[in-house]
Amino acid sequence: MDSVFKHFALKCQPSHLIPFALLLFSSLSHSEWGLNMTTSATAIGREIHGLHMTIFYVCVAIAVVVFGIMLYSIIRHRKSLGAVAKPFHESTLVEIIWTAIPLLILVAMAIPATKTLVAMYDTETSDIDIKVTGYQWKWRYQYLNTGIKDSDNAEQIDFFSTLTTSQDQMNGLEVKSEHYLLEVDNALVIPINKKVRFLFTAQDVIHSWWVPDLAVKKDAVPGFINESWTKVEQVGIYRGQCAELCGQGHGYMPIVVKAVTEEDYKIWLASQQQAQQNANQVETLSMDQLMEQGKAGYDKNCAACHQVSGLGIPPVFPALKDSPIALGDIQLHNDIVINGKPGTAMAAFGEQLTPTELAAIITYERNAWGNDTGDSIQPAEIVSFKQAQGE
Amino acid sequence: MTHSAPQTGIKRWLYTTNHKDIGSMYLIFSLIMLLIGGTMALLIRSELFQPGLQLMQPEFFNQMTTLHGIIMVFGAIMPAFVGMANWLIPMMVGAPDMALPRINNWSFWLLPFAFGMVLSTLFMEGGAPNFGWTFYAPLSTTYAPPSVTFFIFSVHIMGISSVMGAVNVIATIMNMRAPGMNYMKMPMFVWTWLITAFLLLAVMPVLAGVVTMMLMDIHFATSFFDAAGGGDPVMFQHIFWFFGHPEVYIMILPAFGIVSHIIPTFARKKLFGYHSMVIATSSIAFLSFIVWAHHMFTVGMPLVGELFFMYSTMLIAVPTGVKVFNWVATMLRGSMTFETPMLFSIAFVVLFTIGGLSGLMLAIAPADFQYHDTYFVVAHFHYVLVPGALFSIIAGVYFWIPKWTGVMYNEAMGKFHFWVSFVGVNLTFFPMHFIGLAGMPRRIPDYALQFADFNMVATIGAFLFGFSQLIFVYNIIQCMRQRGIPASPQVWEGAEGLEWTVDSPAPYHTFQIPPTIK
Repeated sequence: MDSVFKHFALKCQPSHLIPFALLLFSSLSHSEWGLNMTTSATAIGREIHGLHMTIFYVCVAIAVVVFGIMLYSIIRHRKSLGAVAKPFHESTLVEIIWTAIPLLILVAMAIPATKTLVAMYDTETSDIDIKVTGYQWKWRYQYLNTGIKDSDNAEQIDFFSTLTTSQDQMNGLEVKSEHYLLEVDNALVIPINKKVRFLFTAQDVIHSWWVPDLAVKKDAVPGFINESWTKVEQVGIYRGQCAELCGQGHGYMPIVVKAVTEEDYKIWLASQQQAQQNANQVETLSMDQLMEQGKAGYDKNCAACHQVSGLGIPPVFPALKDSPIALGDIQLHNDIVINGKPGTAMAAFGEQLTPTELAAIITYERNAWGNDTGDSIQPAEIVSFKQAQGE
Repeated sequence: MTHSAPQTGIKRWLYTTNHKDIGSMYLIFSLIMLLIGGTMALLIRSELFQPGLQLMQPEFFNQMTTLHGIIMVFGAIMPAFVGMANWLIPMMVGAPDMALPRINNWSFWLLPFAFGMVLSTLFMEGGAPNFGWTFYAPLSTTYAPPSVTFFIFSVHIMGISSVMGAVNVIATIMNMRAPGMNYMKMPMFVWTWLITAFLLLAVMPVLAGVVTMMLMDIHFATSFFDAAGGGDPVMFQHIFWFFGHPEVYIMILPAFGIVSHIIPTFARKKLFGYHSMVIATSSIAFLSFIVWAHHMFTVGMPLVGELFFMYSTMLIAVPTGVKVFNWVATMLRGSMTFETPMLFSIAFVVLFTIGGLSGLMLAIAPADFQYHDTYFVVAHFHYVLVPGALFSIIAGVYFWIPKWTGVMYNEAMGKFHFWVSFVGVNLTFFPMHFIGLAGMPRRIPDYALQFADFNMVATIGAFLFGFSQLIFVYNIIQCMRQRGIPASPQVWEGAEGLEWTVDSPAPYHTFQIPPTIK
């Protein structure tokens, strides 16, 4: 609690209000204060930024003229100064003029805007295609046409990207890290100077994939595929967030894009192939290992709904503590975790997590919060459960 | 005369068919809803005061944003305008009452039930609706809490109430104008409300349709919005915004009418460009039907669709600009005084214009990919709805309350209310432009650290603005209790219109013999 108080006290220092006071007297293009749109890491992004600034200055100019005339009347034409009202109240010429001038300004704005929009919609001739799927509340990235396939001929580079910020940081029990709420376990890795095409869809509700520096925002709609593209020019880490309300975890599904050189990208691809093979290897774990990994996996994947306490938020998110499923038949428990429950927010985790993670989480759920079944589920059991289903 | 004095006690209010009684009930109802919706806004702002979760869980935060939106749009702004229409339209056109008085009673009394039901969802298992006031499917269907059914039913009831109110306004204006008052002599408030009523009539059934489709998807196994069954989640958005965009103008056109009365009164000049005001209002109403998908630039429309909606949206700036220019020209070379209604109206013109200009920025589709669903949008629509619609309502209440109650409000308190509100509203919503541009999405309960400073400023502003409304409430109550200087029939030196020819307070029945308009 002490750190919370310190954080609060720190933020209340008058010096923090100075930028706000200065703001009235300064140009809005100072991005270092987080006042304005990013100047972006892509050519399209810069074009958009240019459009934004142009229309902004047009608005400022209109505002200065309109408010200026208004202010002049307010100061000069007041009854207390003896002003007498002039009874003019109609002029067709004036009306035509102030209809025509804005129209011309708008046409002048529409031309460059159209040009940029056409370029944004040109998703042809991409170098790399990545399918992005929104889940409640994480992103899945599948690299298409890499030529790397697994034994089932499925795309091999296929992983989920989940928030890593801890609950304790959110609840003020730990100091917030630099990239609070904008950090993930597996970043999306793309090479610079290559046209990357994204194919967006969603598993459950509508999400929206937005990385300001890439100037890409596109809705991920279940049952439909949307396209967008980017060509990043600089190596760097670019962060974004889901931009469409998608349930209670909407604020907790950030996006991290790592733009690397082409050589580094190739190295990453190879390492990714190896890592995915390792992830699917099945080991035998002790109860302590299962419980430890299970708690970590549960807190990351399950606690948003079922709560860290296992009490859930009934009736939408049922409690797991003392629940018939967590205390009952193991196969039923495996089934609901692996296949989800259609028509509800319970996702099918079978495709999202490795057999080891699934085994650990199920073991944890059957033994935490006083659910003392003593059951331990091994990764191999998960693999055989999934195989039995496949037949 | 068959009509005489009002009944006494509760029966007066339950059975009344008098436009003034019903108008008062609408206004008081909307004030209560404003305070409830405002309390929710303060809860939201309190949670966002600092990064981290301090007061509530994300689930409850989403319920608050949803209910805040629903209550402010359907419970505060719309009923306030209907209340004013009830009080003013008959008096402005020289009619004894609304054309359909019993429907008038019913359309009011539906509202407490509709909103009682909405608020009761807070106490239901699974909580209140949590999918935002735009309730996009499938978050609001397959993934919604059970209370969504009650939400759908109350939207139906609100819709019935609005449609009946609209029919009543149209019937009154078309049939009950005093002899000699042709359409081009109607006061601007009457004109803007006539157009608003047609908008309501056109789009409220669409809203009823879309929530019925949701109901079918949830309970009767249809798949209108479920891709797994062959439906289309994006279709929901098209139907919703076909209602939703005209709805935006339903909430602003009567505001245009109100300030078009107040500015000429305190500038002691006739409204500049009456004809162009009527034409501009009609053009805005027409355009409002063909711009809806500018709310959906990122859903993946084809390029041609994007371009069409970008151009049509930019076009709306033209008639809106004409209106602003006309107000400024009305002030120019006037003989101005700055009583509370005028202060709120001037603030309306300035701050609504800021909201309009950010709307023009949002219309630029490529840039909208960066603005969409951020706090920039939140800043934009709060500028048009709070210092826009709400300020016009407050201005209108100060302007006409001497006519309604027969006593002047406390001017010093009114001015104090204005200045605190003005500072508060800008402190709340202006920084939201910056955090939006810097990348903060809307509808999130917690945010990254770079957004912390401006969120703190916005929260301080919100409390200033929220609590300053208690001055307004106190001032209204004092007028209702007849504490104040008695008002003359004319009330304001520069006021023109039939409502100023009757006593203050206006007698229970006015214009039983129609006046003749020259």
